[in-house]
Amino acid sequence: MSDFAISAKDLVKQFKSSNGGLTAIDNLSLQVKAGETYGLIGPDGAGKTTTIRVVLGLLTRTKGESSILGLDSMRDTYEIRERIGYIAQQFVLPADLTVMENMLFFAKIQGVASDQQKKRIPELLAFAGLTNFTGRLAGQLSGGMKKKLALACSLVHEPQVVLLDEPTLGVDPVSRREFWNLLGNLRVEKGLTVFVCTPYMDEAERCTRVGLMYAGKLIADDTPANIKKMVSGELLEIAPSDFVSARKLVASLSCVKELQTYGDKLHVFVDNGARCKSEVEAALASHGIQHEEIRQIEVRMEEAFISLIRQRIEINSREEK
Amino acid sequence: MNDAKKPAIMVEELTKHFGEFVAVDHVNFSVNEGEIFGWLGPNGAGKTTTIRMLLGLIKPTSGRMSVLGFDPAKETKTMQAQVGYMSQQFTLYNELTARENIRFYGRVYGLSPAALDQRQDELLQMAGLSGRANVLTGSLSGGWKQRLALGCAIVHRPQVVFLDEPTAGVDPISRREFWELIYDMAKQGVTILVTTHYMDEAELCQRVGFISAGKLVAMDSPARLKQTQMHGRVLEIGSPAPDRVMSVLKSAQQNGDMPLDEVALYGAQIHAVIPNSENYRDAIRQILETDGIPITSLEWIEPTLEDVFISAVSERPSL
Repeated sequence: MSDFAISAKDLVKQFKSSNGGLTAIDNLSLQVKAGETYGLIGPDGAGKTTTIRVVLGLLTRTKGESSILGLDSMRDTYEIRERIGYIAQQFVLPADLTVMENMLFFAKIQGVASDQQKKRIPELLAFAGLTNFTGRLAGQLSGGMKKKLALACSLVHEPQVVLLDEPTLGVDPVSRREFWNLLGNLRVEKGLTVFVCTPYMDEAERCTRVGLMYAGKLIADDTPANIKKMVSGELLEIAPSDFVSARKLVASLSCVKELQTYGDKLHVFVDNGARCKSEVEAALASHGIQHEEIRQIEVRMEEAFISLIRQRIEINSREEK
Repeated sequence: MNDAKKPAIMVEELTKHFGEFVAVDHVNFSVNEGEIFGWLGPNGAGKTTTIRMLLGLIKPTSGRMSVLGFDPAKETKTMQAQVGYMSQQFTLYNELTARENIRFYGRVYGLSPAALDQRQDELLQMAGLSGRANVLTGSLSGGWKQRLALGCAIVHRPQVVFLDEPTAGVDPISRREFWELIYDMAKQGVTILVTTHYMDEAELCQRVGFISAGKLVAMDSPARLKQTQMHGRVLEIGSPAPDRVMSVLKSAQQNGDMPLDEVALYGAQIHAVIPNSENYRDAIRQILETDGIPITSLEWIEPTLEDVFISAVSERPSL
C-alpha cells in the first residue's frame, strides 16, 4: 500500500510482436501526492498513454508495481474505476444525447444514487459553464464546450483523482485556458489530484510537477521551474539578416553549447550570456551579417523540452554504437 | 505595411453569411509576397471559412478578395493551380508509400512523369524522408506524416500556401522541424497563411491577425501586439498558500473591490491580470496581508501572446 494518489515503481510494459516487440514503459518510477497537478510530457511514442492505461488497469503490466489511491492497478481495477475519473485520448461523448442526458448517462454508469445526482449534476454544469445548454445535443457543442462537458461527466461520481489524456487537443487558446482554470479551481477547492498528458508546453507550465518521458523512461521529474533550470547556461536570441550563414557560423563558435532554430531567429544556449554575446557579435560582424540587438531571454518549457530530449537522443545513439 | 512588395493575398470587406449566421464580418487584410501570416482565433471564429473563400471553395456574400491577382470566386481553376492547401485532416493514403503519395498528388496536379521524377526527390529530401521513401505511409509517425502531407500539398510549386492547423497533436520537436520547412518556403518567396492553436507558433509568424466572432480584432507583429493589445498587466503572485490567495482574490473580484480581469492558478503561482499601476499591486499586497496570507513574490511578468490573444478577443471592439 502507498500513501500516494498515484504510484509506480520499476514499472515495465512490453508489447510482444512478431519482430521482437517493444518496451513501451522501461523501469518507470513516479509518485504523485494528493492534490498535485502532475503533467506527463514527451515526444510522440514516448509511452505516455501506455503509462496512463497501465496505471488505470486497462492494460496489464509486464513487471513492477503500480497503484492509485493505494489500490493495485491489476488486482483492484473495479475499486479504482469507482474512485477515479478518466478522459481517454480523443474521447468522444455520445453526440446524439443532450448535455443533461450525457450527465445522467455517466451518473448511472458510475452508480450515483438519484438524490446525489439531483445535487451534483446542477453543481457540475454550473461549474463548467453549461447551465444554459442542458438541452443542446453534445454533437452541436463547440470544441471547448465538449471538453468541459467531458470533464464534468468524469467528475459526476466525485472522484479523488482524474487522469486526462490530451484533454484539450485541437481546442483554441481561450477554451484551453478556461479548461485549465477549471482544473485549478478543482485543485484549490476540492483538493483534486490531476494526472494529465499534454502536447502543449504552456499547459505543462501550469502543473505543480512535470514528468518528461522519452523512450519509456522518465528522464526528468520536477517542478516546471526546476525542469527549466536543468538546461544549463543562459539563452540568447539572435535575429540575423542571413539566417543560413549565421546558423552555420554561430554553431561553430566555441561558447555555443546548443543551437535551436526559432522561425528566422536562432536560440543559442551558452555558459555566459554577456561574454558569448560579444563573441557572436564579433563573428557576425566579421562576416558582414546584420542582426537585431541580441537579447538574453528566459528558457520556456518548450526550449527545455527540446534541449533535454535532444541530449537523450544523443546519449542513446552513442550507447547503440 | 511594406510597400516594396505587392500583396499576394488581399481581402477587402470580406463577408460570409450562412443563413442568419455571420461567419465572416467585413474583414480587411493583406499578406505580402514571402510573408508568414498567422490567422488566429477561437474555434468557430471564422478562420476556416475565410480560407475556404480564398481557395475558391465557397463564395463570399459580399466584399472583394484576390490571390496572386486572381479572383478566387471567378478565376478559381487558374488560381488553384498556383495555390497549395494543407489542413489538419489532410488525406494521405496509408497503403501507399511516401514516394507513391507524392507521385499520386503530382499526377493530380498534372505534373509530367519526368518532372515528377525530379520533384519527388526534392520533396522527400525536404521532408527528411529520403531514407523512408518506400515505407508505407501508415507506419510513419505523426511528425513524418505531417511533413509528407506538406510535401504533397506543394508538389506543384505553389506561390501561396494555406495551412489550416497543420501541426495539431504533433510534439514540440516535430513542430519546430515543420516550422523550419515553412521558413524555407517563405525564403523562396512563397506566401504562407497559417492557422494554429499553439501560441508559441503564432510567435513565429511575421504578422498575425486575431479574428473573433467573424471580426478582425487586432493585426500586427507578435512583438507589437504585446505592446498595444494587452488590456492590463500580468502580476505573478507566489505564496505557500495558493488556495487562500485564489479564494481571497476571487471574492475581491466578485465584490467589485478590485478590477481583476482574470485570476488563475499556474502551477504553484497565481496570475492576476490587473490595470497597469503600482497602486493595484500595492492593493493586492494589502488585501492578502490583511488576511494574513504569506507572500513570497509579487512580480510583473511579460504577457505571453496567449495572454494578449485572450485579452484582445474578449475585450476589444473590432478594427
